[in-house]
Parts: sequence; structure tokens; C-alpha cells
Amino acid sequence: MKKVYINSVASISAQKTFDNTQFLEDVCSYEEIVLPVVSPNYKDYIPAAAARRMAKGIKMGVVASKLALEEAELENVDAIITGTGMGCVRDSEKFVSAIIDNDEQYLTPTSFIQSTHNTVGGQIALGIGCKGYNFTYVHSSNSFESSLLDAKLMLQNNEANSILIGGVDELGTHTTKLHQVVNHIKTDIDNSLDVLKSNTEGAVFGEGANFFTLGNEKKDSVYAEVVGVKMYNTLKTPIKNLTEQFLSSQNIAIADIDLVILGNNGDVTFDANYDELTSSIFVSTQQAYYKHLCGEFNTASSFGFWLASKILKNQDLPKVTMLNDVNTSSFKYVLLYNQYRDQNHSFTLLRKC
Amino acid sequence: MSKGVAITGMGIISAIGNNVSENYKALIEGKKGVSKISKINTIHKDAIMVGEIDFTNAAFEDQLGLSADNNYSRTAMLGIVAAKEAIKDAGITDINKYSTGLISSTSVGGMDMTEQYYYEYLEKETHRKYIDSHHAGDSTQRIAEHLGIEESLVTTISTACSSAANAIMLGARLIKSGELDRVVVGGKDCLSKFTINGFKTLMILSDTYNTPFDENRKGLNLGEAAAYLVLESDKIVKAENKKVLAYVKGYANANDAFHQTASSENGDGATLAMEKALKVAGLHPSEIDYINAHGTATGNNDLSEGRAIGRVFGNDVPDFSSTKPYTGHTLAAAGAIEAVYSVLALQNNIVYPNLNFKTQMKEFDITPQTELKEKELQNVLSNSLGFGGNCSTVIFSKSQ
Repeated sequence: MKKVYINSVASISAQKTFDNTQFLEDVCSYEEIVLPVVSPNYKDYIPAAAARRMAKGIKMGVVASKLALEEAELENVDAIITGTGMGCVRDSEKFVSAIIDNDEQYLTPTSFIQSTHNTVGGQIALGIGCKGYNFTYVHSSNSFESSLLDAKLMLQNNEANSILIGGVDELGTHTTKLHQVVNHIKTDIDNSLDVLKSNTEGAVFGEGANFFTLGNEKKDSVYAEVVGVKMYNTLKTPIKNLTEQFLSSQNIAIADIDLVILGNNGDVTFDANYDELTSSIFVSTQQAYYKHLCGEFNTASSFGFWLASKILKNQDLPKVTMLNDVNTSSFKYVLLYNQYRDQNHSFTLLRKC
Repeated sequence: MSKGVAITGMGIISAIGNNVSENYKALIEGKKGVSKISKINTIHKDAIMVGEIDFTNAAFEDQLGLSADNNYSRTAMLGIVAAKEAIKDAGITDINKYSTGLISSTSVGGMDMTEQYYYEYLEKETHRKYIDSHHAGDSTQRIAEHLGIEESLVTTISTACSSAANAIMLGARLIKSGELDRVVVGGKDCLSKFTINGFKTLMILSDTYNTPFDENRKGLNLGEAAAYLVLESDKIVKAENKKVLAYVKGYANANDAFHQTASSENGDGATLAMEKALKVAGLHPSEIDYINAHGTATGNNDLSEGRAIGRVFGNDVPDFSSTKPYTGHTLAAAGAIEAVYSVLALQNNIVYPNLNFKTQMKEFDITPQTELKEKELQNVLSNSLGFGGNCSTVIFSKSQ
């Protein structure tokens, strides 16, 4: 079986991440319960006329994918695999409200077309003329991990040599309101960076696009190797036992893990699994978190994957992501664990190249 | 990468039947499930026809034994009915005896409830329970729960109208690569105002029965349905001495990279998908005995797909037909519905008629099979083509 490498990364998030020469040096904090992305100048990458018609999710996905392809010096790829929880949800909102407000009359197709979940993957393919495999996964907090697993299988088995994968989701006003009325979103927050200290129900929501090129050959730009990824729809085994099972299936010991990156979002009802890990098997391991930087969304874990990739390449852990400080200075194995509302749990294991 | 992928169980619910045997009976009797819409109060009800399932949501809740405070979308309920039949058909009593995953697909997800209570959610608490069931992955999670699939790989694919074919493809790859021993694969979509109006704005809904590959075709009829197949590894088949219904022999997905919704005139993506699937299957085009076409009866699809079939099969085009006149176009479920029909075709050595066909298309000289035909079948090819240029082909075979 071939090895799988992360050859390039690109991130559009609530932080200034689209400039890949930076690494969370200048951190943005927010007082809002939803964190919009710091947008690049989309017109630098997409013709203005096309950009005007595009949904935000498409723009974010198209630009992030361009940045990832550029860094890996690729003009095309063998496959494009996208993860998105809700797709271009603003267009879904537009179309539903237009149906209701106008009693199913005077509708135009644009928002219906863009509401289709695979519209971002389709637009990327259209933009670069990629006639290869094109899948879109839409499974809540495992949308991105599904893309990663699919790409990994394909590269390991040499069914493809280079694959673009990504996670993308956009915030929609009405959808945000719906999540507020059922307390999936916190009622208020003083500083998004302190979200883990909130001690309240719900999360701070966000949006973003994190794209990567994976290959079964290492490029000069390589960030890390993808060792393993595993998903669980539900949990019945205690999380620390499941973590041990996963690591032993990869022939890795707890002590081999130099850094564990967790998907805590500060929701008191659902952060227990993370707390169990940080206080038990990983108590003396360096721990990091990221949802205070990017917010919670279905593909927020793709930001975690971006973070892990950058840490492994730069051998540098940004202070703002540290959950504890055990004075780790070199990073070989990084483990990511994420879940949302106690469903769709995942482990991703990366290794330094 | 040399392992076989056996189909050992199937389940389906569509406008022509509530299970596999009812569907097969309707197929051979030429009984259409397309009619005027009755369960959704749309202003287009006199201008469209749909493939609607008879049961109301309340009837499904009753059948599935759901409590009064359940928050299942219709999509989830259709999926559970079909997936449970598939598990039963495969003779599975202990689902966790082997590592079992679920790969499902949907395009509308819980949109039926979202559009119904969209503004009301903010005003009143009554229906807020449905907010959780809006996203596409929810219906898949519910199916997993009803099948008893725990702590396993469960995911959802949404690539518009090729979604379920892609779920079958991923399931087959997971078994071939040894990632899982058993995967339940398929798709589900209910009717909604969202899709009715969406396709209406694209002006591709027919006001009468859809007529695939007909010169005078007027567009598609939407349908609602769900279908699931149980895929099992050689290991399980051997250990449990399982009866194999058919094998997933080949598969491929390719992108047309032509337009966000329309297919290229020459069907580049569909051609690539069929060619790659034949290669994966190790079959020559002449070994395909029947093509269950995507054949939605839109002007664009049938031209593009027909040309692609011509490009792949040359002067030797096998019998082909679209079963959309029976069920309507069931969107993300279509690939699974037609997978069940393809396996039934293999089992019974039957080619289904392409109903409603009258006039030969001008652009090419290939003609669908219009009468029920009995003949020995070894390999059936099924196409599913979707928005975003998404083109998929799956090949089902009697032998491994």
C-alpha cells in the first residue's frame, strides 16, 4: 500500500489564514456568537462577474482549492472530494423563503442550483476542467473525515495519485436563528477566544473552507503523512478505551503521541468526552484546541486538520491553541479527535514527514 | 484489491410498491406509479405528475412504532422501511457480528419539515424538534439506529441524482479494500416543495407521463423512494454460506466538467464513467446485456446519455431502457432503486420496457426496448447522472 501525504494546505477561516506565510501570529477575537470568515479578496482569484453570481461557500471553496493547488504546483488532480454539512445554505434559505413568501411563484433557478450539496465540488471541477472522480460527503461532523477516508483509500490503492479534498460550510442567517432557538448556539459571549471558559450550553458557530492536496508521492511542499482516519456514528465504548483501540490498530502507543488536538467547543453538555481524554490518557501529553478560533460548524474539523498539518511542518505550536503546556518542542505524531453533540466521532492520525 | 463484492439483500419502497416483490410485479406488469400529487399542497398540482408513495407520515410512524414526539423526516422513514427489508432479506439477525457500515445518500434530507415550519420554528416551540433532522446526515443516522449499527462507519453522500450510485460505489470499495466486511448502501429522498419548485424553475418538469428517449419528451416526473442493498465480503459469504443475489462488478464516477446543471451534448462524463466502470469490471462492452439508463426524459439528459451510450457501445448497443416512467425520478435514491431493478433483471432474466416511448429521437438511431423481454442476462450496466456534472456507472453481474 502506498503512503498518503498532505502536499499542500489552504484555509479561509475566521482567522487571517488564507495568507499561508502566517501562522496564527495575529489572532482575531470576536464578541459575536457567530464568527464570519476573514475573506480574501475573491476578485484576485475569480473574475468579478463570476464571483458576483457565486454563493459564499462556492467562492470560499474555489479560492481555497486554487491556493492548495498552487502550493502543490498542480494544475489539475485525479479526484475532487468535498465535505460539507449544509452546502450553500444561504441559497437553500433564499429558495425556501421565496417559495413561502411568494406562494411558489416568480422563482428563479440560481439559488436552487447552488443549494445542491455538491455545487462546490462541481464548480471546482468546472473551474479546473477536472473530469475525474467527484464526490461530496454531507454527514454532519464527519463530512470532512469521510472525504479524507475516501481519498486515503484511493491513494493507498494507487487508484489516484493526487486528490483535492476539502471541508466547506457557510453561515446562513435563518439557520443560525434556528440553532439559537434550540440552544445549539450560545446566547452571548464576551470573547470568542475564551469560549471554553463559558460554562454554558451551545457553541459559537463559524464557517470556512479548508482545502488540501493529498498525494501518494511526497512533494517539496509536503506537510505531513496521513497515517489513519476512523469514524464512529455513535459511541458505546468509553472514549479513552476507544482511543487506545484506535492507536493500537495503528501500532502506536499513547506515549508516542506528541500532540492531541481536540474539537472542544465550550458546550458544557457535550465537552465531557474531550475532558475525559485530557484528564486521563493524555494528561501528560501536549493538548491543543481550535474551535475558539474558527467556530463550530460541520466541517470545522478541517480547520483542525489544517492546524495539525501546519504544526507538523513548522514544528511550531501556536500559543493560542495550547490547552496545557508540557513543554513539547518536537512533534512527530499528532492525533485529532472530534465529535458534535455526541454523534459522529472521529480520529485522525498524522505523522511528521 | 481482488475481493468480490456480493449483494446478499435488497429492500425498496417506491411509487410502484412497498417492497421488492411488489416492485417487481409492477415492473413486469407495466404498472406505472406516476399520478397527480396528493400529499403536498402545491400550486403546481395540476401542472405536474409525480411518483408518490401511498403511505402518509402518520402511517409510517405507526408502522415503525415511533413515539408521538419523534422528529423523523419523511426521508428518514422511507429509508428505514427499505433498509430494514434489505437486512431481513440478507438473513442478518446479529448485525454487529461483522464490521458493518452504512453509506446512504439523500438530496433533500429533512427539507420536507424545514419548508413546512420554516418561520413557525422561530415563533412557536411546537415543531422545533425537527430542526435537528434538517441536515442531510440525520436521516442516515436514524437508519443506522434502527438497524443497530453502532460505533461504526456511517456516512452520507450527496451528489444530486447520482448520489445512490456513488453510495454503492463507496460501499464496494470499502469491502474490496478490507475496510469493512459488510456495508448497507443506498439512498432515500421524499418529495418536497423545494425540489418540485426547483425543477419547475429549470423548466424540466413534464405535465404528463415522462417519456424517456422519445423525440417529443417534455421533461421528468419527480418521485419519492428509498432502496438499500446489503454488500458483503467473500469472507462473510463463505462463513455464513450466504445466497448471493448478484455481484457489484464494476463502478466509476467521472465529471462532465461542462456546466453546473446541464450535461455536455456529447456526454463526455457519462462516456468516461461507463468506460471506466467496464475497465474496473474487466468486461468488454459486448458483454453488457442490458443498460438500465438514467433516462430522465429531459431534453438534455436523454440526448447526452444516448450519445454517450453510442460512443461506448458503437454499433452494438445492448437492450436499454429507463424505468423512470414507473417511479418518476427519485433523485438521490434513483441509483439504488435502479440497482434493485438491475439485480431483479439479472435474477429473472428480464429486460424492462421503456414505457411511454412513441417517437424515435432524431439525433441518433438507438431505440430503447419498449416491450418486456425475456433473455439470459449476465451483466447489467446502470447509469446515474446528476447536477454538477456528476456521472456514475455501476455494473451488476451474476458471477464474480
